[in-house]
Amino acid sequence: MRQGTYVIRSNEPLNVVYHRMILEGDTSAITAPGQFVNIKLESFPLRRPMSIHDWDESGFCVIYKPVGRGTEYMTALPAGTALDVLCGLGNGYSLPEGVRRPLLLGGGSGCAPLYALAKACVGKGVKPTAVLGYNTKDEVYGEDLFARLGLETYVTTADGSYGRAGFVTDVMSELEYDYFFTCGPMPMYRAIERTARTSGQYSFEERMGCGFGACMGCSVMTKSGPRRVCKDGPVFRREEILWPTQA
Amino acid sequence: MADTSVTLNGIKLDTPVIAASGTFGYGYEFAELYDIDVLGSFSFKGTTLNPRFGNPTPRIAECDSGMINAVGLQNPGVDSVIAEELPKLLRVFHKPVVANVSGFSVEEYARTCEKLDAIEQIGWIEVNVSCPNVHGGGMAFGTQPEQAAAVTRAVKTVTRKPVWIKLSPNVTDIVTIARACEDAGADGLSLINTMLGMRVDLRTKKPIIANKMGGYSGPGIRPVAQRMVYQVYEAVSIPLIGMGGIASAEDVIEMMLCGASAVQVGTANLIDPYACQRIIADLPGVMNKYGIDNLKTITGGAHCG
Repeated sequence: MRQGTYVIRSNEPLNVVYHRMILEGDTSAITAPGQFVNIKLESFPLRRPMSIHDWDESGFCVIYKPVGRGTEYMTALPAGTALDVLCGLGNGYSLPEGVRRPLLLGGGSGCAPLYALAKACVGKGVKPTAVLGYNTKDEVYGEDLFARLGLETYVTTADGSYGRAGFVTDVMSELEYDYFFTCGPMPMYRAIERTARTSGQYSFEERMGCGFGACMGCSVMTKSGPRRVCKDGPVFRREEILWPTQA
Repeated sequence: MADTSVTLNGIKLDTPVIAASGTFGYGYEFAELYDIDVLGSFSFKGTTLNPRFGNPTPRIAECDSGMINAVGLQNPGVDSVIAEELPKLLRVFHKPVVANVSGFSVEEYARTCEKLDAIEQIGWIEVNVSCPNVHGGGMAFGTQPEQAAAVTRAVKTVTRKPVWIKLSPNVTDIVTIARACEDAGADGLSLINTMLGMRVDLRTKKPIIANKMGGYSGPGIRPVAQRMVYQVYEAVSIPLIGMGGIASAEDVIEMMLCGASAVQVGTANLIDPYACQRIIADLPGVMNKYGIDNLKTITGGAHCG
């Protein structure tokens, strides 16, 4: 983890739902796709945790959806604004030895970190298949990015307004794969648990206090005991997860 | 040269800044970022006799000027703390540490403290009778003078280490409870713990926190904490460890003027992991600015007469 000042290079809407912010600064603390940053916004007490969509030596990029006062405030920040960021938090995804045909299963905002993972896989000579799920056409982003990496890419929308009508698991059940990586909402994870035929890695989201393991605000119980989503996660292997009983 | 040192129960601290329990884990996360020996001390994660997972999530909600937490005393239990956490801590922190203890019965408090009494690296035991996030324990002991006194007496009989009682602000009269603890043998008082609070999610129209209520902390509670430290200072003669929203060297001085002999920094650590280091580094300069040469002389300075 590194705390530092990062300067907004650009902050623009990607479509009517999602925004993309590119921040310049030291990214040496980012060691794996699936890690996150925790962004301090002036006059908001707690930081905003966001998964890293992409990064290079000069900066990183997050994709976010304005859903509350903090993220709405973020949309108005102009280029050149300096932000206090904790960079390179959490464990991130790791590609297990011998995996040749992984699936990347994204849901909404959860498609964002899978792009950095896709690039990392391609860099290791592994070509994953990407399945990106959205509610409706207006939300779709990133299809071109995955396609440009030369990956077989599917898009689903729940209302059928774009790509294939249905859910990522509808596509998953028809594909050949030897592993999966996913990031998305809990209902999607429940469907993946019912569908998946292999091992895989899930990225979890939780309301956080600190984001670096100090407050125990985001703990989940796993088969190997309590784990902090922010520090021990956010990525957990399928085998270690204890699924919460549905309310 | 500004003298920032203070003495608590005969133990000298280089600085009055102590990291507060529940915001500093067992120190390792922060030891990766800076040399935590710059701290006066720190109070480690609240420890109970048996392991506890704590409450379901969400455990955290943001508020104006602070946050609500309902972690619920997640900890691996005192035996595991002694066997695993404290030996690891010894490698990164070389000063006496504060052991924070919670319980669900007077006997449980005593048994946990008895085990901790044997550990040399522990300088003080801070007994939490004010956790708002567990049922049938915690705060139940800190809201009634007789109960707080009973816990204090039980703990004092099993340890020779100085015992601080951490008081709840969620009471009608904190002075009565403070006096009861002093009369029962407490060597110091930590105040205040978090204030019971609630937030509601406008989309779901339900409480954000799974446990519904939680402890409100952060700069928003600092005036309340200072008022309580001021009131308790007038009523007892044991040292007070003041806490509640402290985030700057100025805040440290203000809290000490109200009556604190030392302070704890909590929520600020979660927002800025370097908060304690920064406050400690800023203290001499801020002391100079306000004409203070020796920090230990200002305790209670705001009191008239």
